[in-house]
Amino acid sequence: MGIIQNLEYLSQLVAVPGYEKDAAEKCSVLFSDWCDQVRVDKFFNVICLKKGYNKAAKRLMITAHIDEIGFLVNSVDDKGFVGITNVGGIDSKILLAQEVIIHGRQDVVGIIGATPPHLLKAEDVGKAVKLRDIRIDTGLCGDELKKYVSVGDTVSLRSKFIKMNDQKVSGKAMDNRASIACMLEILRLLKDVNHENDLIFVASTQEETYLTGVMTASYALRPDAAIVIDTCHGDIPDLPKDVSSTPGKGPEISIGPNLQPRLVSKIFELGKENGIPFQKMVEAGDTGTEAWATQVSAAGIPTALLSIPIRYMHTAIETVNLEDIKYTARMVSEFAKLSSEQLGELLCL
Amino acid sequence: MLIKELTDLNGVSGNENEVREFIIDKIQNLCDSYMVDSIGNIITFKKGGSSKLKVMLSAHMDEVGFIVSGHTEKGFIKFKAVGGIDDRILPGKKVVIGKKKLGGVIGIKPIHQQEREERQKISKIKNLYIDIGADSKDEAEKLAPLGEFIAFDSDFIQLGPDCIKAKALDDRVGCAVLIEALKHSYDFDLYACFTVQEEVGLRGAQVAAYNVMPDVALVIEGTTCADVPDVEKHDYSTILGNGAALTIMDRTCYCDRELVQYLYEVAVQNNIKVQYKQTTTGGNDAGQIQRTGTGVKTASISVPCRYIHSPVSVMDIRDYEAVERLTIAALYQISKDKEFLRQQ
Amino acid sequence: MQETLKLVTQVFGVSGNEDEIRETITNEIKKHVDEIRVDAMGNLIAVKRGKKKKIMLAAHMDEIGVIATFIDDNGFIRFSNVGGVSQLTALGQRVRFRNGTTGTVSKEEKLEDIRGLKLAKMYIDIGCRSREETEKLVRIGDTANFVGDFTVQGNCAISKAMDDRSGCAVLIELIKSLPKTDNEIYFVFTTQEEVGLRGAKTAAFGIMPDCAIALDVTITGDTPECDKREVKLGGGPAIKVKDSSYLAHPAIRRELENLAVENGIPYTLELLDRGGSDPGAIQTTGMGVPCGGISIPCRYVHSPAEMVSLEDLENCVKLTSLFIKNYK
Repeated sequence: MGIIQNLEYLSQLVAVPGYEKDAAEKCSVLFSDWCDQVRVDKFFNVICLKKGYNKAAKRLMITAHIDEIGFLVNSVDDKGFVGITNVGGIDSKILLAQEVIIHGRQDVVGIIGATPPHLLKAEDVGKAVKLRDIRIDTGLCGDELKKYVSVGDTVSLRSKFIKMNDQKVSGKAMDNRASIACMLEILRLLKDVNHENDLIFVASTQEETYLTGVMTASYALRPDAAIVIDTCHGDIPDLPKDVSSTPGKGPEISIGPNLQPRLVSKIFELGKENGIPFQKMVEAGDTGTEAWATQVSAAGIPTALLSIPIRYMHTAIETVNLEDIKYTARMVSEFAKLSSEQLGELLCL
Repeated sequence: MLIKELTDLNGVSGNENEVREFIIDKIQNLCDSYMVDSIGNIITFKKGGSSKLKVMLSAHMDEVGFIVSGHTEKGFIKFKAVGGIDDRILPGKKVVIGKKKLGGVIGIKPIHQQEREERQKISKIKNLYIDIGADSKDEAEKLAPLGEFIAFDSDFIQLGPDCIKAKALDDRVGCAVLIEALKHSYDFDLYACFTVQEEVGLRGAQVAAYNVMPDVALVIEGTTCADVPDVEKHDYSTILGNGAALTIMDRTCYCDRELVQYLYEVAVQNNIKVQYKQTTTGGNDAGQIQRTGTGVKTASISVPCRYIHSPVSVMDIRDYEAVERLTIAALYQISKDKEFLRQQ
Repeated sequence: MQETLKLVTQVFGVSGNEDEIRETITNEIKKHVDEIRVDAMGNLIAVKRGKKKKIMLAAHMDEIGVIATFIDDNGFIRFSNVGGVSQLTALGQRVRFRNGTTGTVSKEEKLEDIRGLKLAKMYIDIGCRSREETEKLVRIGDTANFVGDFTVQGNCAISKAMDDRSGCAVLIELIKSLPKTDNEIYFVFTTQEEVGLRGAKTAAFGIMPDCAIALDVTITGDTPECDKREVKLGGGPAIKVKDSSYLAHPAIRRELENLAVENGIPYTLELLDRGGSDPGAIQTTGMGVPCGGISIPCRYVHSPAEMVSLEDLENCVKLTSLFIKNYK
């Protein structure tokens, strides 16, 4: 499958934190075509090993989180309306007139309506809706609904994957399935490459909540270095330049205390040598990604971060340019080809 | 003077190389071995005698500062703060950029040109810029590329009979104490750790403590001191000139009560001036170290520093001496105290 | 249960000062376990040996309180909070220091608008007239807990520190009536939960369990005009789905639900948007520990008059007991 088919398939998987098992298993099937060993651990991280030719060489971990933002049911009323709480950061403004799927005893599609404007209370006019006031309408009456749905069930956004013009696509969970598709592309690029270092690909879980997946996986794996692939903000009219990157111009590569400077410089170098475009982003502290956890895991793991620009992050219309996935994959695959000695040299500060 | 040499160096979090090189030069003959770990901490090891105790001393090398985040068409630098810096202090300050110590100034619109409301308002860092004398974006990018670190430009000077002013007293004072402590010998194994990235979230200490897995840790810090006009006495936190400050509790750590008491008694026995830090705000590496492995007996000894996190931090040199003496006296006491951990 | 609950709720044990409560609990359980140890963070770890899975059961023994930070010339004490202390709940309460010294919490009189009330504008009065007099009783750094007597009315008990001595009481009762199991059970009475889940972190590192269950209190959704929550006083154990520090591992949550259903134990599901608990620190320990929570419905959490149901506590013992027996 090509990138677009993979991405469409991946985007339709549901992996709200705590509900990643099924997606992880499906994802592991995709990876098993390209890797020597694939397993799913107790937190549903998909851990894939592509062996290098030298057993004594370094071990490079490449991670991208598989989970997506979503909700949990916290009330089911007698009329069949369902209340929710969020898992991961979400703007409740996007929820009005949004479709969702409740993953109960069986999947139930629901819609979030809106109070008709002429019936809004005076004090609510002009105010953003609060999540606690959001109700999902399933069309089922209370008793019927309670057969399928109960408090604690996971809710995901329902959104079709669409192709826009040129290389652009849109849908839910591009954050961070774009990066999972990118990892598959990296593996494709490395198919016939005889690389020295062991490469460990991790599709990690619970990033949107507490970075649980990557924390536990990196402690267990103890790689010599880590590359985190995530998404970042694509430029839109209402975002300032210094917090966004332009889709189509390659991965955003972060610079700052959270990243190991020599790994970052090497990536810049590889980009220039191989004609791969990239963009730079300065982060003064926490990058808000898994890199924050990997860097200080166990005895410390030198980490670099590449981000694929997406527009409208944490909505059901996240938009991505496929070129950026390709550029990111090329960049990481070049990095993965480094010899053990080359990588080793980068690790000394 | 060691503190002058240390504060003259620049080491904004994530870019501690200059400080690291200086310290390695100072300590390499004072310890049995040292290593620089994956994140950039220096972990020195000094073998002890018969005691099985592992004691960690920790001071962070990094300081608050800035990082170049963009360039304007006209060649001004846009920047972000690394660590906690009060926006109010920024306009009209001098900075140095990068290894080459390129000079720059944080500009501000002249008062004549400011509207009445503007005069009352605090400029946010995202609206500020640094002028490095570049004429174009290209030139600015060459002189101060993205990601280059920026430190306050401030010299070390004497202030009155007993005080000094410098930048980065937090925590070069701690680094100085550790270097002094390494000149002595103890019965236990000593790990003096010069950590990185404290100011962006106690990052280096987490890794250092994991590598060392000590039984006991003393964190040597520069801490807040608010004994200035317009502050109520009960909000002073520490008082300049009242000696070494012991932390009881802050946001990141409830220090080991017995260890704090032990330090207090060592101070009294050795006629060293000592005070308790009175507020519970702020935090430091102690928080991360204490919760490493199965837990570490941890306490903080600090030098009170007024105007911390600014280019004009002020400390009383006698407070510094008190911290240095207390640290070394405590290490000697622990060294003699065969029952140290058991009686705790 | 009632006697145990009364005993443990009234003992002093502000976060970081868990000595007395640790001793009290030790005395209650030492005859019934194979081993007891205390780690550097002060966690009390009691072990029942077994050959199969290592299960960690955690209840925190610390309670919220205040810490003296300054004593003025007239003998009044300024203080900071230890853990989540609301200024409104604290106002007008009695606090008691470890040595028994009792004081009234009041506020600076000139404060006009109660909404502007801050702990920094409040003080403790222990009835002394000078700094010297106060310092004989209270020193800077001394901690005090809120005074809240233990009362039982019908099925409900009211006291200070139900958070989380009620969880401690559940564990103590469980230890005394332990089911036969080949699993190795670690009963951990953790420290410094209220200041950031600190004890649990080092305890878990020392044990590296296969799974962990926290017994802690949770707020209910059954009081006038409160937010909608399924959890209610007397509704049985609340099985954790999530709080603001972790998501319960789906397998553990399901196992707890199944056990409750099969054994006719009433239960509700807990989704807490604000407030964390020990598994937030335990689950990311080492290579990761699947965690769950059996929560005790508790009204008025972080006040000196926290209310729990004795029946709920008994059901928590039952459910926990079933879990450790059946976990494979």
